[in-house]
Amino acid sequence: MGLTMTEKILAAHAGKTGVEPGELISAKVDMVLGNDITAPVAIKEFAKIGVDRVFDNEKIALVPDHFTPNKDIKSAEQAKILREFARKYGIVNYFEVGEMGVEHCLLPEKGLVLPGDLVIGADSHTCTYGALGAFSTGIGSTDMAAAMASGEAWFKVPESIKFIYYGKLPRWVGGKDLILYTIGQIGVDGALYRSMEFTGEAVAELSMDGRFTMANMAIEAGGKNGIFAVDEKTLEYVKGRDKRNFTVYQSDPDAKYVQTYEWDVSKLEPQVAFPHLPENTRPLSQCGHVSIDQAIIGSCTNGRIEDLREAAYVLKGKKVNPNVRLIIIPGTQAVWRQAMHEGLFDIFLDAGAAISTPTCGPCLGGHMGILAKGERAIATTNRNFVGRMGHPESEVYLAGPAVTAASAILGKIAGPEEVGVQ
Amino acid sequence: MSQLKGKVWRFGNDVDTDLIIPARYLNTSEPKELALHCMEDADPTFAGKVQPGDIIVAGKNFGCGSSREHAPIAIKAAGVSCVIAASFARIFYRNAINIGLPILESPEASSTIAEGHEIQVNLSNGQITDLTTGQTYQAAPFPPFMQELIQSGGLIEYVKKKMNMQ
Repeated sequence: MGLTMTEKILAAHAGKTGVEPGELISAKVDMVLGNDITAPVAIKEFAKIGVDRVFDNEKIALVPDHFTPNKDIKSAEQAKILREFARKYGIVNYFEVGEMGVEHCLLPEKGLVLPGDLVIGADSHTCTYGALGAFSTGIGSTDMAAAMASGEAWFKVPESIKFIYYGKLPRWVGGKDLILYTIGQIGVDGALYRSMEFTGEAVAELSMDGRFTMANMAIEAGGKNGIFAVDEKTLEYVKGRDKRNFTVYQSDPDAKYVQTYEWDVSKLEPQVAFPHLPENTRPLSQCGHVSIDQAIIGSCTNGRIEDLREAAYVLKGKKVNPNVRLIIIPGTQAVWRQAMHEGLFDIFLDAGAAISTPTCGPCLGGHMGILAKGERAIATTNRNFVGRMGHPESEVYLAGPAVTAASAILGKIAGPEEVGVQ
Repeated sequence: MSQLKGKVWRFGNDVDTDLIIPARYLNTSEPKELALHCMEDADPTFAGKVQPGDIIVAGKNFGCGSSREHAPIAIKAAGVSCVIAASFARIFYRNAINIGLPILESPEASSTIAEGHEIQVNLSNGQITDLTTGQTYQAAPFPPFMQELIQSGGLIEYVKKKMNMQ
């Protein structure tokens, strides 16, 4: 029986020739990630283990990104714990404000995650790196602490689900729409504990940024990881960023999947997820009149350069509706600079948008765009849970960058064609 | 403490970690502070009325969403002795075991036990007894490795032991 790429990566890191779904293994990790919310708890637990060093100071990444630049005194204290730990243990991959980015935009960009890697992160969206053909999954702070000491983590080998997307994607339909559609079809626990393997001509055509977006939201279907085959686009992306060797794993033709979903997406519409779960998706044409107060473009889901280009394409020469606050948050400092050089900031500023330094900020209701009672936002983020962006009686609608930008112009949920952009 | 007894508080399906502990309180990791806001956006009165030993019974996919360990920490610090659900989201499941918050999966118990019932939970054999109705339920047992983790006193103690042996 053949193996999936997820099984091959897990086996290789557990020192085995093969693994089977359900098997519990202890595996070596290539990177352990934490942020300003999860790492302070991990650091407290790490101290209890009683070791005087971390397993490898180059294989830990600490990224203060959630409540940074520090939003209040308590957050400043949390970020300080991270900073002091990084200094004390000589953590090479600590990224201070000014060098940082939203963690899941930053790590691939810096070449810290490569194909075939096994990565764990104390953040649920760590599954993003599956776009590179790596196995990566979210864990909690205690797991992070244990891995910082031992370099290992325990895993239950997941069963795999294969998703095949046939056809050529229509205009204005991208990675965000594919993953929202998928979650809408299978539900927020449709892939619970399982590996999601994304295949087919539509995803092969996606850019790396589009693939990061899809893998990022595997967790919103309950998935353990989301993974893509390594192809020329992956290798092109990695080229020049890689500072170490990596191994490419591909799924065998006779690998075992517990389920296979096959969809023709050649007529798929842009998707919008209604409150309060990412599975409440609707095609754009069935959204009806939903007025909005705020629009957010950014996050680990859609804060990459391609996302900003798409938003700028829609916003060019247009004005944000007077009833809407549009906030644009480039994912990393490098994305920020690139957007600036390409002139995207002029387009955003002319349209009346605010541009923020990289931060997770409003995505989790932290800062930089909190909603008041009864307010509604459309966002390129990943969760629309109750109170996710602020007041428990506010609402979040999830969409891709083009729809979010068009909605900001019209003051209601809309597609680019409705503002005359083809 | 393999035998637990407590009053039931019921919650529905897909209770996410933002409902368990909203991100606006994540600028601290102090268990007592987190406990004050436990389940706040699902039931703002919960933290004020939950008693030590009480048990949460919820639907499917409990603890979905963010990886914040603050969620099981808040539940544990609020005095909840155990969470029973039809199913758990995987990161929450891991976190609960790692920090020593007992959790049990039982779709039957989840669908029938009513709010306010007094129930008894035997953690060693996974048996749940509804003392109000007399009905019993059998939760899925933990795999041996997880039992070892739990018996070691959580992941940190387990790793400590393992590293000292090397």
